[in-house]
Amino acid sequence: MSRIVVGPFNRVEGDLDITLDSSAGQVTGARVNATLYRGFEQILLGKPALDALVYTPRICGICSVSQSVAGALALSDALGIEPTRNGELCRNLILANESLTDLLTHFYLFFMPDLARDVYQREPWYDRVATRFRAVKGDATREMLPARAEFLHLMGLLAGKWPHTLSIQPGGTTRPVQRQERLRLLAILSGFRRFLERVCFGDDLERIAALRTPDQLQNWRAQRPWHSSDLSTFLHLSEQLGFDQLGRATDRFMSFGNYAVQGEMLVPSGVWTPAEGRLVLDAGQISEDVSHAWMREAPVLHPARGETDPVAEKEGAYSWCKAPRLNGQVVETGALARALVAGDPLMTALVSEQGGTVHTRMLARLFELARTIPKLQQWVLQIEPDEPFCNHPTRLEDGEGVGLMEAARGSLGHWVSVKRGRISRYQIIAPTTWNFSPRDAREQPGALEQALVGAPIREGEADPVSVQHIVRSFDPCMVCTVH
Amino acid sequence: MANMLWLQSGGCGGCSMSLLGAEGPDLITTLESAGIELLWHPSLSEQTGAEVRQMLEHIIDGERALDLLCIEGSLMRGPNGTGRFHLFGGTGIPMIDWVGKLAQRARYTLAIGSCAAYGGITSAGDNHTDATGLQFEGELRGGLLGSEYRSADAMPVINVSGCPVHPNWVTETLIELALGEGRADQLDTLGRPRLFADQLVHHGCTRNEYYEYKASAEQLGHQGCMMEHLGCLGTQAHGDCNTRPWNGEGSCTRGGYPCINCTAPEFEEPRHAFMETPKIAGIPVGLPTDMPKAWFVALASLSKAATPERLKENARSEHLIYPPTLHKRKN
Repeated sequence: MSRIVVGPFNRVEGDLDITLDSSAGQVTGARVNATLYRGFEQILLGKPALDALVYTPRICGICSVSQSVAGALALSDALGIEPTRNGELCRNLILANESLTDLLTHFYLFFMPDLARDVYQREPWYDRVATRFRAVKGDATREMLPARAEFLHLMGLLAGKWPHTLSIQPGGTTRPVQRQERLRLLAILSGFRRFLERVCFGDDLERIAALRTPDQLQNWRAQRPWHSSDLSTFLHLSEQLGFDQLGRATDRFMSFGNYAVQGEMLVPSGVWTPAEGRLVLDAGQISEDVSHAWMREAPVLHPARGETDPVAEKEGAYSWCKAPRLNGQVVETGALARALVAGDPLMTALVSEQGGTVHTRMLARLFELARTIPKLQQWVLQIEPDEPFCNHPTRLEDGEGVGLMEAARGSLGHWVSVKRGRISRYQIIAPTTWNFSPRDAREQPGALEQALVGAPIREGEADPVSVQHIVRSFDPCMVCTVH
Repeated sequence: MANMLWLQSGGCGGCSMSLLGAEGPDLITTLESAGIELLWHPSLSEQTGAEVRQMLEHIIDGERALDLLCIEGSLMRGPNGTGRFHLFGGTGIPMIDWVGKLAQRARYTLAIGSCAAYGGITSAGDNHTDATGLQFEGELRGGLLGSEYRSADAMPVINVSGCPVHPNWVTETLIELALGEGRADQLDTLGRPRLFADQLVHHGCTRNEYYEYKASAEQLGHQGCMMEHLGCLGTQAHGDCNTRPWNGEGSCTRGGYPCINCTAPEFEEPRHAFMETPKIAGIPVGLPTDMPKAWFVALASLSKAATPERLKENARSEHLIYPPTLHKRKN
């Protein structure tokens, strides 16, 4: 057996290293280390309650709005305040703008450039892929950056700026939309949709969304050259490289649900496993274990009672990340989990065959992108410029609240307690806290730690390319992970 | 040609995300046309793991020249001065040690964002991680590199502050340096490029008519001026946020919420609620800095008395109640 440390990992958000044990050209064990601790849960103590909306988005520059939304939901729960309908529509638009931008950024800037590495230069597809996806220099980067920036003009209109807006409040949003701005939003969305259809998918979004079985997807693929769009390129490479066999974790998936409008969630909450199908999520069964984290030893606690007390040295610890568990079990969260919990037939069929893999995680993101854009167009049309955008809270003295939602990378939860108007406890569990958690007291490895076992290592590889693919298939956000 | 190395220390990565939104032209084209070669950026580059470690060692050994060193995020000195709160992934070495050594080699060292410049959000609260900026700790000179630090080109750290930075603050500072036009006297006393720090957020604020008449918003999202009640610091904050908007046409004040002066040191600890104006005897504390307080109060009461009904009512509403009146033409 040999042991190597891989890192720094780039094209992930934040800093990460992984200790890999291997034997006979395969990974046999992995320990994932989130190497940065900043301590937002400590920073927030004693702050005026609404100031959480200044601090929490700054946990993460890529999931900034998601943190705002989770914070606003937790505060509205504590305050007992309902958002206006316009406020919910605009909040959904802002959140979807960030999340879809993340899905796009992940595909083009973080994941695909690994396929343009020299290690693949003998592959028959290499030249085309290198021209298109090589990091920094590839055509795709130059083509997607302007589309991404123009799509984010929606933020300029609805949120002032991105990242780090204060427009998302417990009672709605601070940016009333005027009649001409509503039309401008439609134009922005149409422009981005055109980019997706022309470049990313090579087909109408409706036709992509209508692919509901693996056979239909296969037929769609067979009708066009493999390099005709970025989706078809991915499908081809995924098959060539066996991504459907790579990176299987626990196959227990969780979603907190997302995009509420007047009590209805567009994305449902729940748990999904291949054997049991969809199960009800009981958020009361969430707990965090600190046995392998550089945190003072504490019992396993629900986040509403959680503590954050870092220590520099601790026997058996190897990460700043706590280990969240649902009913004591490891779960995976993200776009794939959302699709499965929502009963998406294509993803359900694929995961029933192959499990959660590099292939299914990547595909779920692209399909979410295709299926969500039309929703944004509907939300814009539903905005009523003459109606209110924000309900305003009276002063919050004492209360407790929970904000559960879906960030691009999966389930994000904020748990807040307020005493005499000030924050007395704030606990956060981010998507990558779930996916990249260390072992727990029962020595159960986290989702990525499980997914890496069995990854092939080529002769002489210092940074195995299979490990790069598996890690990035989760689209980790390390700054959120520990916060 | 100049090369650029970008490292992320104890921050959120939001300045990189903002930078990726550079427009007209996009970031890659902007860097290319300025003759800036990207040695490594954590969100963009192909190289990972061993290749990166080796590249950094070559720079430190002097085998490879480094022109532009960009550091994003606070420098984490804790716990107990060990830097253990941030070990650079895969190296087992504190990020502060890497940054300290690389800064000795760099022709220019840039702090990208208020965390790297002054400590920023990461240093908020009781600063239990002992986070600091590169050459400032809050308002005080010093920080990780010390007040005497000068880069190879005899420049102090260039503080492209902001939480996050506007993409153009970064790209234009880089272009200026690549052209060889960087000069220490083009930085303000807080080390910020005067390219963007010579303007106030107040300049070009779309709420200026409300400000003139002290017609104030009472709640977030109202159309009026946010200085009197909602904690807006736009009249004191340095930045061209309203003359060169964000993400197409936005800014904090255009977004319906107050400027929190994020380009300044210690903005993260205002000592009052961010979205409320602290007042003494009904008068806001922290009025514009270069105007005698008595004059401001006198002018404010005069203009308040003269406020047209249109502004008074519109100021306290999310929606336009009274559009500007149409003047009748004389026949």
